[in-house]
Amino acid sequence: MNQMNHRIALDLDPLRKLSAWRPAEYAFWLLTVAAYFLFPKSLALMSQIAITALFALSLDLILGYAGIVSLGHAAFFGLGAYAAGLLSKYGWGDPLLGLAAGGLVAATVGFVTSFLVLRGTDLTRLMVTLGVSMMLYEAANKLTDFTGGVDGLQGVEMQPLLGMFGFDLYSRTAYWYSLVVLFLMFWLARRLAHSPFGLSLRGIKQNVARMPAIGAPVHGRLVAIYTVGAAYAGVAGALLTQTTQFVSLDVMAFSRSAELLLILVLGGSGCLYGALIGTVVFMAAHHFLADINPQYWQFWLGAALVLIVLFARDGIMGLLRKLPVPGGKQA
Amino acid sequence: MTAVLQTRNLSKKFGGFVVSNNISLTIQPGARHALIGPNGAGKTTLINLLTGFLEPSAGEVFLKGANVTRLAQHQRVKRGLVRTFQINRLFAEMTVLESITLSVCERLGLGWRWWSPVGSHAAAIDEAAELLATLHLLDVAHHKVRGLPYGKQRLIEIALALASKPQVLLLDEPAAGVPTSESRELFESIARLPSEVTILLIEHDMDLVFRFAERISVMVGGALLTEDVPEVIARDRRVREVYLGEALDG
Repeated sequence: MNQMNHRIALDLDPLRKLSAWRPAEYAFWLLTVAAYFLFPKSLALMSQIAITALFALSLDLILGYAGIVSLGHAAFFGLGAYAAGLLSKYGWGDPLLGLAAGGLVAATVGFVTSFLVLRGTDLTRLMVTLGVSMMLYEAANKLTDFTGGVDGLQGVEMQPLLGMFGFDLYSRTAYWYSLVVLFLMFWLARRLAHSPFGLSLRGIKQNVARMPAIGAPVHGRLVAIYTVGAAYAGVAGALLTQTTQFVSLDVMAFSRSAELLLILVLGGSGCLYGALIGTVVFMAAHHFLADINPQYWQFWLGAALVLIVLFARDGIMGLLRKLPVPGGKQA
Repeated sequence: MTAVLQTRNLSKKFGGFVVSNNISLTIQPGARHALIGPNGAGKTTLINLLTGFLEPSAGEVFLKGANVTRLAQHQRVKRGLVRTFQINRLFAEMTVLESITLSVCERLGLGWRWWSPVGSHAAAIDEAAELLATLHLLDVAHHKVRGLPYGKQRLIEIALALASKPQVLLLDEPAAGVPTSESRELFESIARLPSEVTILLIEHDMDLVFRFAERISVMVGGALLTEDVPEVIARDRRVREVYLGEALDG
């Protein structure tokens, strides 16, 4: 039965049911489970996809919802990766502990740097995020005793997950682990996106000057979501370390930040699923195009990017939404 | 009676250019007060100073007796000082109901709730829907703000402010660009506001001003020229010279 406001006869369902799970969403997550059985030889790749999807999700929270542009989001991914790697190298190899540590370290740095990032306009933000990530990259490069520098961090040894599931050569544990963490964190992000807090972030993105005039503390909200986004990226970085048992310096590289932006534009920002689908399409395309032509695959990537920003501004999700499917992908 | 809103020697300079010059204004609770003056007189700047959108170069702002000069905009809104904008500042990609619900949520202090869906906050949604009903916006409640005609958008601009339950409402040319037929409706909805709500109105349409206001302040060149009841303002020779011209002669 429809929820009505009886005093004024307005059907409130379109707003009340906005957060309900849709059939296409169930289908999407069932497919991620089915993928384990369909592609048993590609579990390593699929784990990487799940981890990158979580990373893309973290950027969507700050860029897609709150409108904070960043060219240095890999800084937080890298912090999480090194935190988890160092923790296990020095004896604390429990995966969940490493995950929490990765998230916490990234969140702390995210919180502190948010005060720099949020000061300016878009261009300032691009430069500050880029600058912060460059400094962290060079710090990791220089502190070779600590991080291994360009050779990467060796000696990462993970204990079995929950004391039961060891990380195997076929990435079976890695896939389930990455997928479950992705799903849980997606679920939290989805709740956040549909909450009054999430609505206020959309308000900030759509009209930042109006928000204080309706009583919203814009700066506080942005600090909060930037910190959350950093924590998400940190967890993704920790996952990569744990599933590959290695940290390479390029976890913090500029190209990783840029690639992430590209993924989000490809998938469509501000709707969570765009981050996930963009990652799947990007990494699958990377995999197959690089097989065909290892040197020039980025040509096709570039072409796709140009076409998307010119003709499909809302990315793949924007195109999907135009399909005449009742109860299709959610907005 | 203590003033609900008061300024003392409020000034604003941009570089060497004085846009607000030593303004001392007192507004009584429940007043229907209009602020008029030629273009560039500094009316909108004054609203920006009152609400904290701009910081004054000198002087102070008092709200219900408390000095709010250093308070941020959103903190003044929490204390009941709410404005609308001369140029719409809306949430274009939201539905009408969503954007009003957003404003209601902020007033109810729900803005930090990240766990529960907006749809579960029935009190906020009901209140937003009822506000839309009073402004005859129910039929577009689920439409995106972006696609609506200008007159409707102007109403939403005001609805966003009303959702904050203002004690002092500053309306910056609410009828600007609205067809006459719709501006009457708009002013009727403003006139229906509870009498304890204090209203300061900036408006260029003198018919509307003289119908609405119980007191009128006149600004010229960043300073207050005079303040009085409408009948006196209409006869004031200085006011005619600087602003009203021959319009009131007939």
